[in-house]
Amino acid sequence: MKNTAIKVKGLQKSYKDLQVLKGVDFEVEKGSIFALLGSNGAGKTTVVKILTTLLKPDGGTAAVSGFDAASQPDQVRQTISLTGQFAAVDEILTARENLVMIAKLRYLKNPRQVADDLLQRFGLTDAADRRVSTYSGGMRRRLDIALSMVGKPQIIFLDEPTTGLDPEARIEVWKIVKELAAGGTTVLLTTQYLEEAEQLADKIAILHEGRIIASGTLQELKKMFPTTKVEYVEKQPSLEEIFLAIIGKREAV
Amino acid sequence: METAKKHFFIDISVMLGRSMRHIFRSMDTIITVTVTPIAMMLLFVYVLGGAIETGTDNYVNYLLPGILLMAIASGISYTAFRLFTDVQRGIFERFQTMPISRSALLWGHVLTSLASNAISVVVIILVALIMGFRSSAGVLPWLAVAGILALFTLALTWVAAIAGLSAKTVDGASAFSYPLIFLPFISSAFVPTDSMPTVVRVFAENQPVTSIVESIRALLSDQPVGNDIWIALAWCVGIMLVAYIFAMRVYKKRV
Repeated sequence: MKNTAIKVKGLQKSYKDLQVLKGVDFEVEKGSIFALLGSNGAGKTTVVKILTTLLKPDGGTAAVSGFDAASQPDQVRQTISLTGQFAAVDEILTARENLVMIAKLRYLKNPRQVADDLLQRFGLTDAADRRVSTYSGGMRRRLDIALSMVGKPQIIFLDEPTTGLDPEARIEVWKIVKELAAGGTTVLLTTQYLEEAEQLADKIAILHEGRIIASGTLQELKKMFPTTKVEYVEKQPSLEEIFLAIIGKREAV
Repeated sequence: METAKKHFFIDISVMLGRSMRHIFRSMDTIITVTVTPIAMMLLFVYVLGGAIETGTDNYVNYLLPGILLMAIASGISYTAFRLFTDVQRGIFERFQTMPISRSALLWGHVLTSLASNAISVVVIILVALIMGFRSSAGVLPWLAVAGILALFTLALTWVAAIAGLSAKTVDGASAFSYPLIFLPFISSAFVPTDSMPTVVRVFAENQPVTSIVESIRALLSDQPVGNDIWIALAWCVGIMLVAYIFAMRVYKKRV
Protein backbone atom coordinates (compact mmCIF):
# COMPACT_ATOMS: atom_id res chain seq x y z
CA MET A 1 0.00 0.00 0.00
CA LYS A 2 2.84 2.35 0.83
CA ASN A 3 3.86 2.33 -2.78
CA THR A 4 0.62 3.84 -4.03
CA ALA A 5 0.85 7.49 -4.98
CA ILE A 6 -2.66 7.87 -6.35
CA LYS A 7 -5.70 5.74 -5.70
CA VAL A 8 -8.95 6.46 -7.51
CA LYS A 9 -12.15 4.53 -6.77
CA GLY A 10 -15.56 4.83 -8.38
CA LEU A 11 -14.98 8.42 -9.41
CA GLN A 12 -18.07 10.13 -10.81
CA LYS A 13 -18.61 13.61 -12.16
CA SER A 14 -21.37 15.26 -14.15
CA TYR A 15 -21.65 18.66 -15.70
CA LYS A 16 -25.35 19.43 -15.54
CA ASP A 17 -26.97 16.57 -17.47
CA LEU A 18 -23.79 15.30 -19.03
CA GLN A 19 -22.19 12.46 -17.10
CA VAL A 20 -18.48 12.71 -17.84
CA LEU A 21 -17.09 10.18 -15.37
CA LYS A 22 -19.17 7.08 -14.69
CA GLY A 23 -17.05 5.33 -12.10
CA VAL A 24 -13.33 5.53 -12.75
CA ASP A 25 -10.89 3.26 -10.89
CA PHE A 26 -7.12 3.15 -11.10
CA GLU A 27 -3.98 3.19 -9.03
CA VAL A 28 -0.64 4.78 -9.69
CA GLU A 29 2.53 3.43 -8.18
CA LYS A 30 5.06 5.77 -6.62
CA GLY A 31 7.83 6.82 -8.98
CA SER A 32 6.12 5.47 -12.06
CA ILE A 33 4.78 7.10 -15.20
CA PHE A 34 1.08 6.55 -15.65
CA ALA A 35 -0.66 7.49 -18.86
CA LEU A 36 -4.36 8.18 -19.08
CA LEU A 37 -5.13 7.57 -22.70
CA GLY A 38 -8.32 8.69 -24.36
CA SER A 39 -9.81 10.68 -27.17
CA ASN A 40 -11.01 14.26 -26.84
CA GLY A 41 -13.90 14.54 -24.43
CA ALA A 42 -13.21 11.20 -22.77
CA GLY A 43 -12.93 12.90 -19.37
CA LYS A 44 -9.14 12.95 -18.96
CA THR A 45 -8.97 16.58 -17.93
CA THR A 46 -11.85 16.11 -15.50
CA VAL A 47 -9.92 13.32 -13.75
CA VAL A 48 -6.84 15.54 -13.53
CA LYS A 49 -8.86 18.46 -12.19
CA ILE A 50 -10.35 16.31 -9.44
CA LEU A 51 -6.95 14.88 -8.48
CA THR A 52 -5.40 18.36 -8.37
CA THR A 53 -8.20 19.74 -6.13
CA LEU A 54 -9.64 22.05 -8.80
CA LEU A 55 -12.92 20.14 -8.98
CA LYS A 56 -14.92 18.18 -6.44
CA PRO A 57 -16.20 14.77 -7.51
CA ASP A 58 -19.90 13.88 -7.30
CA GLY A 59 -19.11 10.37 -6.14
CA GLY A 60 -16.22 8.05 -5.40
CA THR A 61 -12.87 8.83 -3.83
CA ALA A 62 -9.57 10.14 -5.04
CA ALA A 63 -6.59 9.74 -2.73
CA VAL A 64 -3.39 11.57 -3.60
CA SER A 65 -0.29 10.85 -1.50
CA GLY A 66 -2.65 9.29 1.03
CA PHE A 67 -4.85 12.37 1.37
CA ASP A 68 -8.39 12.73 0.11
CA ALA A 69 -8.46 15.27 -2.71
CA ALA A 70 -11.94 16.49 -1.82
CA SER A 71 -11.68 16.82 1.96
CA GLN A 72 -7.94 17.45 2.45
CA PRO A 73 -7.06 19.70 -0.49
CA ASP A 74 -4.38 21.62 1.42
CA GLN A 75 -2.41 18.48 2.21
CA VAL A 76 -2.76 17.27 -1.38
CA ARG A 77 -1.52 20.60 -2.72
CA GLN A 78 1.64 20.26 -0.63
CA THR A 79 2.65 17.22 -2.63
CA ILE A 80 1.60 17.94 -6.22
CA SER A 81 2.13 20.18 -9.20
CA LEU A 82 -0.05 20.67 -12.24
CA THR A 83 1.05 21.44 -15.76
CA GLY A 84 -2.31 22.12 -17.33
CA GLN A 85 -3.47 21.82 -20.88
CA PHE A 86 -2.75 25.48 -21.59
CA ALA A 87 0.71 26.67 -20.67
CA ALA A 88 0.43 27.95 -17.11
CA VAL A 89 3.16 30.55 -17.46
CA ASP A 90 3.11 34.30 -17.07
CA GLU A 91 3.83 35.62 -20.56
CA ILE A 92 4.63 39.17 -19.50
CA LEU A 93 7.35 38.04 -17.12
CA THR A 94 10.67 36.46 -18.09
CA ALA A 95 11.39 32.78 -17.49
CA ARG A 96 13.59 33.66 -14.54
CA GLU A 97 10.89 35.87 -13.00
CA ASN A 98 8.33 33.11 -13.46
CA LEU A 99 10.54 30.61 -11.64
CA VAL A 100 11.46 33.02 -8.83
CA MET A 101 7.77 33.85 -8.37
CA ILE A 102 6.76 30.21 -7.97
CA ALA A 103 9.76 29.52 -5.71
CA LYS A 104 8.69 32.38 -3.44
CA LEU A 105 5.13 31.06 -3.37
CA ARG A 106 6.53 27.73 -2.25
CA TYR A 107 8.44 29.58 0.49
CA LEU A 108 11.80 28.21 -0.63
CA LYS A 109 14.94 29.57 0.97
CA ASN A 110 16.83 30.65 -2.10
CA PRO A 111 14.46 31.42 -4.98
CA ARG A 112 17.19 32.83 -7.29
CA GLN A 113 19.33 29.73 -6.92
CA VAL A 114 16.35 27.45 -7.54
CA ALA A 115 15.54 29.44 -10.68
CA ASP A 116 19.13 29.30 -11.97
CA ASP A 117 19.31 25.54 -11.47
CA LEU A 118 16.05 24.85 -13.26
CA LEU A 119 16.88 27.23 -16.13
CA GLN A 120 20.07 25.30 -16.69
CA ARG A 121 18.43 21.92 -16.37
CA PHE A 122 15.73 22.79 -18.89
CA GLY A 123 18.08 24.52 -21.34
CA LEU A 124 16.55 27.94 -20.87
CA THR A 125 19.55 29.82 -19.51
CA ASP A 126 20.14 31.79 -22.71
CA ALA A 127 16.52 32.89 -22.92
CA ALA A 128 16.13 33.36 -19.16
CA ASP A 129 15.72 37.12 -19.24
CA ARG A 130 13.45 37.34 -22.26
CA ARG A 131 9.73 37.72 -21.85
CA VAL A 132 7.93 34.42 -22.23
CA SER A 133 5.64 35.93 -24.89
CA THR A 134 8.62 35.71 -27.28
CA TYR A 135 9.11 31.96 -26.67
CA SER A 136 8.30 29.12 -29.04
CA GLY A 137 5.70 26.53 -28.07
CA GLY A 138 8.35 24.02 -27.05
CA MET A 139 10.25 26.50 -24.87
CA ARG A 140 7.02 27.57 -23.21
CA ARG A 141 6.16 23.97 -22.44
CA ARG A 142 9.63 23.35 -21.00
CA LEU A 143 9.29 26.38 -18.75
CA ASP A 144 5.82 25.19 -17.80
CA ILE A 145 7.19 21.84 -16.65
CA ALA A 146 10.15 23.56 -14.96
CA LEU A 147 7.67 25.67 -12.97
CA SER A 148 5.99 22.47 -11.85
CA MET A 149 9.36 21.16 -10.63
CA VAL A 150 9.94 24.08 -8.26
CA GLY A 151 10.00 22.76 -4.71
CA LYS A 152 10.33 19.15 -5.93
CA PRO A 153 6.74 17.92 -5.57
CA GLN A 154 6.25 14.17 -5.24
CA ILE A 155 3.62 13.94 -7.96
CA ILE A 156 3.41 15.84 -11.22
CA PHE A 157 0.30 16.00 -13.36
CA LEU A 158 0.81 16.71 -17.04
CA ASP A 159 -2.41 17.30 -18.94
CA GLU A 160 -1.71 16.69 -22.64
CA PRO A 161 1.88 17.91 -22.34
CA THR A 162 2.70 17.62 -26.04
CA THR A 163 -0.51 18.71 -27.73
CA GLY A 164 0.32 21.39 -30.27
CA LEU A 165 4.07 20.84 -30.17
CA ASP A 166 6.23 20.03 -33.17
CA PRO A 167 7.95 16.61 -33.27
CA GLU A 168 11.29 17.87 -31.97
CA ALA A 169 9.70 19.65 -29.03
CA ARG A 170 7.62 16.57 -28.33
CA ILE A 171 10.71 14.38 -28.10
CA GLU A 172 12.30 16.92 -25.76
CA VAL A 173 9.28 16.80 -23.47
CA TRP A 174 9.41 13.00 -23.50
CA LYS A 175 13.04 13.13 -22.43
CA ILE A 176 12.17 15.46 -19.56
CA VAL A 177 9.31 13.26 -18.39
CA LYS A 178 11.57 10.20 -18.39
CA GLU A 179 14.16 12.09 -16.36
CA LEU A 180 11.52 13.15 -13.85
CA ALA A 181 10.46 9.58 -13.25
CA ALA A 182 14.08 8.44 -13.07
CA GLY A 183 14.53 10.99 -10.28
CA GLY A 184 11.72 9.38 -8.29
CA THR A 185 8.85 11.72 -9.17
CA THR A 186 5.50 10.12 -9.88
CA VAL A 187 4.10 11.33 -13.19
CA LEU A 188 0.48 11.13 -14.28
CA LEU A 189 0.02 12.31 -17.82
CA THR A 190 -2.93 12.41 -20.13
CA THR A 191 -2.58 12.02 -23.85
CA GLN A 192 -4.51 11.26 -26.97
CA TYR A 193 -1.42 10.03 -28.76
CA LEU A 194 -0.98 6.27 -28.62
CA GLU A 195 2.69 6.57 -29.39
CA GLU A 196 3.24 8.87 -26.44
CA ALA A 197 1.71 6.42 -24.01
CA GLU A 198 3.75 3.65 -25.58
CA GLN A 199 7.01 5.61 -25.36
CA LEU A 200 6.66 6.89 -21.82
CA ALA A 201 4.29 5.00 -19.62
CA ASP A 202 4.98 2.19 -17.20
CA LYS A 203 1.25 1.71 -17.02
CA ILE A 204 -1.52 2.79 -19.34
CA ALA A 205 -5.21 3.18 -18.64
CA ILE A 206 -7.64 3.73 -21.48
CA LEU A 207 -10.44 6.07 -20.54
CA HIS A 208 -13.46 5.79 -22.79
CA GLU A 209 -16.90 7.28 -22.29
CA GLY A 210 -16.32 7.89 -18.60
CA ARG A 211 -14.87 4.51 -17.68
CA ILE A 212 -11.48 2.82 -17.69
CA ILE A 213 -12.02 0.10 -20.28
CA ALA A 214 -8.53 -1.38 -20.14
CA SER A 215 -5.41 -0.89 -18.10
CA GLY A 216 -2.04 -2.44 -17.51
CA THR A 217 1.49 -2.35 -18.82
CA LEU A 218 2.00 -2.14 -22.54
CA GLN A 219 2.83 -5.85 -22.57
CA GLU A 220 -0.36 -6.73 -20.71
CA LEU A 221 -2.46 -4.62 -23.04
CA LYS A 222 -0.88 -6.29 -26.05
CA LYS A 223 -1.78 -9.71 -24.66
CA MET A 224 -5.41 -8.74 -24.26
CA PHE A 225 -5.85 -8.27 -27.96
CA PRO A 226 -5.82 -10.71 -30.87
CA THR A 227 -2.67 -12.77 -31.03
CA THR A 228 0.15 -11.41 -33.06
CA LYS A 229 0.09 -12.31 -36.71
CA VAL A 230 3.34 -12.53 -38.53
CA GLU A 231 3.32 -10.57 -41.76
CA TYR A 232 6.13 -9.50 -43.97
CA VAL A 233 5.83 -5.83 -44.72
CA GLU A 234 8.47 -3.54 -46.13
CA LYS A 235 9.09 -0.98 -43.41
CA GLN A 236 8.63 2.44 -44.94
CA PRO A 237 10.04 5.34 -42.92
CA SER A 238 7.24 7.44 -41.43
CA LEU A 239 7.09 11.10 -42.39
CA GLU A 240 8.15 11.92 -38.86
CA GLU A 241 11.30 9.82 -39.22
CA ILE A 242 12.07 11.50 -42.52
CA PHE A 243 11.50 14.93 -41.02
CA LEU A 244 13.73 14.24 -38.05
CA ALA A 245 16.42 12.71 -40.25
CA ILE A 246 16.55 15.78 -42.49
CA ILE A 247 16.58 18.17 -39.55
CA GLY A 248 19.29 16.12 -37.84
CA LYS A 249 21.44 16.22 -40.97
CA ARG A 250 21.05 19.98 -41.22
CA GLU A 251 22.18 20.45 -37.68
CA ALA A 252 25.09 18.07 -38.15
CA VAL A 253 26.34 20.15 -41.09
CA MET B 1 -1.70 30.02 12.50
CA GLU B 2 1.26 32.40 12.67
CA THR B 3 2.93 30.80 9.66
CA ALA B 4 -0.36 30.83 7.78
CA LYS B 5 -0.58 34.56 8.37
CA LYS B 6 3.04 35.05 7.38
CA HIS B 7 2.49 33.00 4.24
CA PHE B 8 -0.61 35.03 3.38
CA PHE B 9 1.47 38.22 3.36
CA ILE B 10 4.23 36.59 1.33
CA ASP B 11 1.64 35.34 -1.17
CA ILE B 12 0.05 38.75 -1.52
CA SER B 13 3.35 40.58 -1.88
CA VAL B 14 4.46 38.16 -4.61
CA MET B 15 1.15 38.69 -6.42
CA LEU B 16 1.50 42.47 -6.01
CA GLY B 17 5.04 42.42 -7.41
CA ARG B 18 3.83 40.36 -10.34
CA SER B 19 0.99 42.60 -11.43
CA MET B 20 2.94 45.82 -10.83
CA ARG B 21 5.46 44.43 -13.33
CA HIS B 22 2.57 43.81 -15.72
CA ILE B 23 1.61 47.48 -15.47
CA PHE B 24 5.08 48.88 -15.98
CA ARG B 25 5.60 46.65 -19.00
CA SER B 26 2.36 47.69 -20.67
CA MET B 27 2.68 50.96 -22.59
CA ASP B 28 -1.04 50.83 -23.23
CA THR B 29 -1.84 50.85 -19.50
CA ILE B 30 0.55 53.69 -18.72
CA ILE B 31 -0.82 55.82 -21.56
CA THR B 32 -4.45 55.21 -20.66
CA VAL B 33 -4.15 55.81 -16.93
CA THR B 34 -1.82 58.82 -16.92
CA VAL B 35 -1.21 60.32 -20.35
CA THR B 36 -4.89 60.44 -21.33
CA PRO B 37 -6.08 62.19 -18.14
CA ILE B 38 -3.20 64.65 -18.46
CA ALA B 39 -4.16 65.31 -22.09
CA MET B 40 -7.76 65.89 -20.97
CA MET B 41 -6.51 68.31 -18.36
CA LEU B 42 -4.45 70.22 -20.93
CA LEU B 43 -7.40 70.29 -23.33
CA PHE B 44 -9.86 71.58 -20.78
CA VAL B 45 -7.52 74.13 -19.22
CA TYR B 46 -5.88 75.56 -22.33
CA VAL B 47 -8.56 75.07 -25.02
CA LEU B 48 -12.01 74.95 -23.47
CA GLY B 49 -11.32 76.39 -20.02
CA GLY B 50 -11.21 80.00 -21.16
CA ALA B 51 -14.89 79.85 -22.02
CA ILE B 52 -15.98 78.06 -18.86
CA GLU B 53 -17.28 80.19 -15.99
CA THR B 54 -16.69 78.40 -12.71
CA GLY B 55 -16.57 81.33 -10.38
CA THR B 56 -12.96 80.52 -9.49
CA ASP B 57 -10.00 82.36 -10.96
CA ASN B 58 -7.97 79.19 -11.43
CA TYR B 59 -9.65 76.55 -13.63
CA VAL B 60 -6.98 73.90 -12.92
CA ASN B 61 -7.97 74.03 -9.26
CA TYR B 62 -11.59 73.48 -10.25
CA LEU B 63 -10.86 70.71 -12.74
CA LEU B 64 -8.28 68.57 -10.94
CA PRO B 65 -10.59 66.46 -8.71
CA GLY B 66 -12.67 65.35 -11.71
CA ILE B 67 -9.57 64.45 -13.70
CA LEU B 68 -8.29 62.33 -10.82
CA LEU B 69 -11.58 60.43 -10.67
CA MET B 70 -11.46 59.80 -14.43
CA ALA B 71 -7.92 58.49 -14.14
CA ILE B 72 -8.96 56.10 -11.38
CA ALA B 73 -12.01 54.94 -13.34
CA SER B 74 -9.83 54.06 -16.34
CA GLY B 75 -7.19 52.55 -14.05
CA ILE B 76 -9.57 50.04 -12.50
CA SER B 77 -10.72 48.81 -15.92
CA TYR B 78 -7.23 47.32 -16.23
CA THR B 79 -7.74 45.50 -12.95
CA ALA B 80 -10.76 43.84 -14.52
CA PHE B 81 -8.70 43.04 -17.61
CA ARG B 82 -5.78 41.53 -15.65
CA LEU B 83 -8.07 39.48 -13.47
CA PHE B 84 -9.94 38.23 -16.54
CA THR B 85 -6.75 37.13 -18.33
CA ASP B 86 -5.45 35.36 -15.21
CA VAL B 87 -8.64 33.39 -14.79
CA GLN B 88 -8.78 32.49 -18.50
CA ARG B 89 -5.18 31.35 -18.75
CA GLY B 90 -3.62 28.34 -17.09
CA ILE B 91 -1.77 30.44 -14.52
CA PHE B 92 -4.91 30.66 -12.36
CA GLU B 93 -5.13 26.86 -12.19
CA ARG B 94 -1.46 26.64 -11.32
CA PHE B 95 -1.91 29.03 -8.40
CA GLN B 96 -5.04 27.22 -7.24
CA THR B 97 -3.26 23.86 -7.13
CA MET B 98 -0.43 25.29 -5.03
CA PRO B 99 -0.53 25.36 -1.24
CA ILE B 100 -1.05 29.13 -1.10
CA SER B 101 -3.80 31.27 0.34
CA ARG B 102 -7.01 30.90 -1.69
CA SER B 103 -7.66 34.62 -1.92
CA ALA B 104 -4.06 35.79 -2.43
CA LEU B 105 -4.49 36.30 -6.16
CA LEU B 106 -7.59 38.46 -5.71
CA TRP B 107 -6.10 40.57 -2.92
CA GLY B 108 -2.92 40.93 -4.94
CA HIS B 109 -4.96 42.51 -7.73
CA VAL B 110 -6.79 44.78 -5.29
CA LEU B 111 -3.52 46.02 -3.76
CA THR B 112 -2.07 46.52 -7.23
CA SER B 113 -5.05 48.64 -8.11
CA LEU B 114 -4.52 50.82 -5.03
CA ALA B 115 -0.79 51.18 -5.64
CA SER B 116 -0.98 51.87 -9.38
CA ASN B 117 -3.82 54.36 -9.04
CA ALA B 118 -1.91 56.14 -6.28
CA ILE B 119 1.03 56.48 -8.66
CA SER B 120 -1.07 57.90 -11.49
CA VAL B 121 -2.83 60.31 -9.09
CA VAL B 122 0.54 61.62 -7.88
CA VAL B 123 1.84 62.02 -11.43
CA ILE B 124 -1.30 63.91 -12.48
CA ILE B 125 -1.11 66.20 -9.44
CA LEU B 126 2.54 66.97 -10.25
CA VAL B 127 1.60 67.94 -13.81
CA ALA B 128 -1.28 70.03 -12.45
CA LEU B 129 1.20 71.87 -10.21
CA ILE B 130 3.25 72.76 -13.27
CA MET B 131 0.04 73.99 -14.92
CA GLY B 132 -0.66 76.33 -12.03
CA PHE B 133 -2.62 74.22 -9.60
CA ARG B 134 -2.26 75.63 -6.07
CA SER B 135 -3.69 74.46 -2.79
CA SER B 136 -3.76 76.26 0.52
CA ALA B 137 -4.71 73.05 2.34
CA GLY B 138 -2.63 71.69 5.22
CA VAL B 139 -1.60 68.13 5.96
CA LEU B 140 -4.92 66.97 7.40
CA PRO B 141 -7.10 67.99 4.45
CA TRP B 142 -4.60 66.36 2.08
CA LEU B 143 -4.77 63.18 4.11
CA ALA B 144 -8.55 63.36 3.90
CA VAL B 145 -8.31 63.73 0.11
CA ALA B 146 -5.98 60.73 -0.06
CA GLY B 147 -8.45 58.78 2.07
CA ILE B 148 -11.43 59.61 -0.14
CA LEU B 149 -9.48 58.74 -3.31
CA ALA B 150 -8.35 55.45 -1.76
CA LEU B 151 -11.93 54.57 -0.80
CA PHE B 152 -13.15 55.53 -4.28
CA THR B 153 -10.43 53.34 -5.82
CA LEU B 154 -11.30 50.40 -3.57
CA ALA B 155 -15.01 50.72 -4.29
CA LEU B 156 -14.47 50.72 -8.07
CA THR B 157 -11.80 47.99 -7.82
CA TRP B 158 -14.31 45.60 -6.29
CA VAL B 159 -16.78 46.49 -9.04
CA ALA B 160 -13.98 45.73 -11.51
CA ALA B 161 -13.33 42.42 -9.76
CA ILE B 162 -16.92 41.34 -10.41
CA ALA B 163 -16.56 42.24 -14.08
CA GLY B 164 -13.17 40.58 -14.43
CA LEU B 165 -14.26 37.36 -12.75
CA SER B 166 -17.59 36.93 -14.48
CA ALA B 167 -16.93 38.30 -17.99
CA LYS B 168 -17.02 35.92 -20.94
CA THR B 169 -14.86 38.02 -23.26
CA VAL B 170 -12.01 40.52 -22.89
CA ASP B 171 -14.23 43.32 -24.16
CA GLY B 172 -16.87 42.47 -21.61
CA ALA B 173 -14.29 42.59 -18.84
CA SER B 174 -13.35 46.20 -19.46
CA ALA B 175 -16.47 47.63 -21.16
CA PHE B 176 -18.20 48.21 -17.82
CA SER B 177 -15.75 51.02 -17.03
CA TYR B 178 -16.75 53.30 -19.93
CA PRO B 179 -19.85 54.65 -18.16
CA LEU B 180 -17.70 55.18 -15.07
CA ILE B 181 -15.15 57.18 -17.05
CA PHE B 182 -17.98 59.17 -18.59
CA LEU B 183 -19.77 59.89 -15.31
CA PRO B 184 -17.62 62.93 -14.36
CA PHE B 185 -18.86 64.75 -17.49
CA ILE B 186 -22.40 64.74 -16.12
CA SER B 187 -21.36 66.14 -12.77
CA SER B 188 -19.85 69.30 -11.38
CA ALA B 189 -16.37 68.02 -12.30
CA PHE B 190 -15.92 70.22 -15.41
CA VAL B 191 -18.60 72.90 -15.14
CA PRO B 192 -20.94 74.02 -12.36
CA THR B 193 -24.30 72.24 -12.54
CA ASP B 194 -26.29 75.52 -12.54
CA SER B 195 -26.17 75.84 -16.31
CA MET B 196 -27.60 72.35 -16.98
CA PRO B 197 -31.25 71.66 -17.89
CA THR B 198 -33.31 70.51 -14.90
CA VAL B 199 -33.35 66.75 -15.60
CA VAL B 200 -29.62 66.59 -16.22
CA ARG B 201 -28.95 68.84 -13.26
CA VAL B 202 -30.93 66.66 -10.87
CA PHE B 203 -29.00 63.63 -12.07
CA ALA B 204 -25.66 65.44 -11.91
CA GLU B 205 -26.22 66.76 -8.41
CA ASN B 206 -27.27 63.42 -7.00
CA GLN B 207 -24.76 61.02 -8.54
CA PRO B 208 -21.69 60.00 -6.53
CA VAL B 209 -19.09 61.84 -8.59
CA THR B 210 -20.47 65.30 -7.75
CA SER B 211 -20.33 64.84 -3.99
CA ILE B 212 -16.83 63.32 -4.20
CA VAL B 213 -15.59 66.09 -6.50
CA GLU B 214 -17.14 68.81 -4.33
CA SER B 215 -15.58 67.40 -1.13
CA ILE B 216 -12.12 67.11 -2.65
CA ARG B 217 -12.37 70.58 -4.12
CA ALA B 218 -13.47 72.04 -0.77
CA LEU B 219 -10.71 70.21 1.11
CA LEU B 220 -8.01 71.36 -1.31
CA SER B 221 -9.12 75.00 -1.23
CA ASP B 222 -9.49 74.98 2.56
CA GLN B 223 -13.24 75.61 2.40
CA PRO B 224 -15.82 74.02 4.72
CA VAL B 225 -16.85 70.65 3.25
CA GLY B 226 -20.35 70.59 4.68
CA ASN B 227 -22.51 67.56 4.02
CA ASP B 228 -20.81 66.61 0.77
CA ILE B 229 -18.08 64.62 2.46
CA TRP B 230 -20.57 62.40 4.29
CA ILE B 231 -22.55 61.78 1.12
CA ALA B 232 -19.29 61.01 -0.69
CA LEU B 233 -18.15 58.60 2.03
CA ALA B 234 -21.55 56.92 2.11
CA TRP B 235 -21.41 56.35 -1.67
CA CYS B 236 -17.85 54.97 -1.57
CA VAL B 237 -18.35 52.70 1.43
CA GLY B 238 -21.77 51.56 0.18
CA ILE B 239 -20.52 50.65 -3.31
CA MET B 240 -17.42 49.03 -1.83
CA LEU B 241 -19.34 46.76 0.55
CA VAL B 242 -21.94 45.65 -1.98
CA ALA B 243 -19.32 45.06 -4.69
CA TYR B 244 -17.02 43.26 -2.25
CA ILE B 245 -19.75 40.82 -1.23
CA PHE B 246 -20.66 40.06 -4.84
CA ALA B 247 -17.05 39.79 -6.00
CA MET B 248 -16.20 37.36 -3.19
CA ARG B 249 -19.22 35.30 -4.08
CA VAL B 250 -18.18 35.05 -7.74
CA TYR B 251 -14.58 34.33 -6.72
CA LYS B 252 -15.57 31.52 -4.34
CA LYS B 253 -17.51 29.93 -7.16
CA ARG B 254 -14.38 30.03 -9.30
CA VAL B 255 -12.01 28.46 -6.78
